[in-house]
Amino acid sequence: MATPTLTRPAPNATTGNSLKVRQPRKKMTAGRIAAIVVAAFIAVLWLIPFAWATATAFKTETDAAAPDVTWLPPSGFTPEAFVKVFQDGNIPLWTWNSLYTSAAITAITLVISALVAYALSRIDFKGKKVLMTVIIASIIIPPPVLIIPLFYQMLALQLIDTSWAIILPQVIHPAMVFVLKKFFDQIPRELEEAAVMDGASRLRIFTQIILPLSRPILAAVAIFVFIGAWNNFLWPFIATNDGNLLTLPVGLQTIKSAYGIQYAQNMASALLAALPLIVVFLFFQRQIIKGVATTGLAGT
Amino acid sequence: MSTSTLSRPRPENLRKPGSRTRSNLSGWGFAAPFLVFFLVFLVWPILYGFYMSLTGKSLTGANDSLIGFANYAEALADADMWRSLGNTLYFTVISTVPLVLVALVMAALLNIGLPAQWLWRLSYFAPYLLASTVVSLFFTWMYNPQLGLINEFLTGIGLPRVAWLNDPNVAMWAVVIATLWWTVGFNFLLYLAAMQNIPAQHYEAASLDGAGAWRQFFSITLPQLTPTTVMIVLLQILASLKIFDQVYQMTAGGPGGSTRPVVQYIFETGFTGYRLGYSAAISYIFFGLIVVISIMQFVITRRRSA
Repeated sequence: MATPTLTRPAPNATTGNSLKVRQPRKKMTAGRIAAIVVAAFIAVLWLIPFAWATATAFKTETDAAAPDVTWLPPSGFTPEAFVKVFQDGNIPLWTWNSLYTSAAITAITLVISALVAYALSRIDFKGKKVLMTVIIASIIIPPPVLIIPLFYQMLALQLIDTSWAIILPQVIHPAMVFVLKKFFDQIPRELEEAAVMDGASRLRIFTQIILPLSRPILAAVAIFVFIGAWNNFLWPFIATNDGNLLTLPVGLQTIKSAYGIQYAQNMASALLAALPLIVVFLFFQRQIIKGVATTGLAGT
Repeated sequence: MSTSTLSRPRPENLRKPGSRTRSNLSGWGFAAPFLVFFLVFLVWPILYGFYMSLTGKSLTGANDSLIGFANYAEALADADMWRSLGNTLYFTVISTVPLVLVALVMAALLNIGLPAQWLWRLSYFAPYLLASTVVSLFFTWMYNPQLGLINEFLTGIGLPRVAWLNDPNVAMWAVVIATLWWTVGFNFLLYLAAMQNIPAQHYEAASLDGAGAWRQFFSITLPQLTPTTVMIVLLQILASLKIFDQVYQMTAGGPGGSTRPVVQYIFETGFTGYRLGYSAAISYIFFGLIVVISIMQFVITRRRSA
C-alpha cells in the first residue's frame, strides 16, 4: 500500500508547514469550483424526486393528470390532496403503528444485545467461544430465507395479525452484538475494578459503569436498528393482514391500489410517510451520520 | 490507564475458589435473553425451514409428509426458478458497480472541503431514510410513460419516450436507477468517514512533493481506501442479492417476469401458490448461493490481507 510519496520523508515537513499546506486547499481554485459545480449537479439530481413529488402533491388531481407536464400547474397550488389523505386515509394510524413497533424493536434489541455483548466482552464462561462462533456465523443468514418458516411459526404461535408478529423476529441483530462487544472491549477494565472490590454485582457494574460510558455506541446502534425497522417492508407485509396493524411502508403499498391514478394523493401520502424520519434527520443529522458510519461497516 | 491501578492485583486473582461456576452462571445469565430470541426466532426457523423443504407442506394443509429431496429436484428443473435467480444475479452485478462508484465520487467531492457540508450530506443521504414504498411511489410516478417527468425531459431534448417499467429490456435498469438514488447515500457515508480518517500528513507530504489534487486522490486517497472499498463492495453484493421491495412494488416482477428476483419467487410460491415446502426448498437454494458467495468473499479478503 505504501506508495513512494508516502514513505519518502518529505523535506521541511517537520514544523510550521502544516498551515502553509492547508491554506491553499481552502482557496477557490479552478479545481474547487469544478468540484462544487459537480457536487451541486448531483445534489440537484438527488433532490428532483422530492421536488417533483412535492409539486405534484400540491396540484389538483386534474392538473396532476393533465397531459401537459409542468412544474407550475394552471390552477395553482393547493393542499387539497393532503387534506383528503388525512381525512379518509390511515396515515396517522400507520405512522403510530410504525412508531411503536420500531421503538419496541429498538428497545428489545438494545437490551438483549448489550447484555450478551457484555458477557462476551468481560465474563469468562464455559462455552463462550462456541457461542461467539454461532452468533458470528448467523450474520450470514439473509432474512428473506426465514420468511416461510417464520410465517409458519407465527401461525403456530397464533401471533399472526398481532404486533408481536412484526416485532419479535426483528430483534436479533448479531452484527450489532459485535459492534457493542468491540466497544466494551475498549473500556479500560480498571474502571470496574474498584466496584468489584466493593463487592458490586456484575449487573450493577454493567448498568452503572459500562452503560453510561457506552452512550455513543448505544445511540449509534439504536439509530441503525430504528431506521431499519421503520422502513422494513417484507416481513411486516407478510406478518399482518389486519388493516389496523399495518406499518407505514406496508400501508403505503395498499394506497397504490386504493387511489389508482390519483397522483396528487399518491404523492401526498408518500411525502407524509417520508416526513417523520426526514424531520428527525434534520434535527439529529450529526448523530445519525456518525451512527450510520460507525455501525454501517459491521453489516446490514 | 493510570499507573496507580497497575500495581493493584487484578480482581480476577482476588476471587475465591468457586468463582468459576459463578462466572459460568453470570456469563450465560447475561447471554440468556438474547439467546432465547436467537434460538426461537433465528435458529429454530432456519432448521425448521430446512425440514419444511423436505416435505410437501402447503398452506392448505395437504400432504405434510416427508418427500425427501423431491422439492429440490423440482426446483433445479424449474425454469422460472433459474430465471428469477438469474434476475437477482443480474441486478446484483449492474447495481453494485454504480452504487460503489457514485458513492466514491460523492465522498471524494465533499472531501475536497466544500462549504456547507451539511447541505450536500443531506441531499445525498436523505433518500436512504425513506421506506422502499415511498421510493417506489416517487419513481413509478417519474417513470410514467405519458405524464412522467423523465420522459418529459427526454422529449424536451429531442429523444424518444421510454416505456421504463413496461419495457422488458429497460425495466431492470429503471429499478437500478431508483435503487441507486435510494441507497447510494449509505455507501457515500461510509466512504466519507473513511476518507476523513486518512491522516492529513499524507496529503501534506504529497503536496510538498508537488502532487496535485488529482494525483493525491489516486496515489493516496484511493490506496488508503482499499479496505473500505472491499468492505463496501462485499456489503453491497449481499444487500443487492436480497432485492425484493422495489421490484415487487414498481414492476411486480414484470413485464413478463423480466425483473422478478428470487426472493419474489420464494414469496409467490409460498403465499400465492401456497406451496410452503417447495418455497422453503427454493429459499435454501438461495441461501446456499449466499453462503458460497460469502465464502468466496472471505477467501479473497483473507488472501488480500495475508
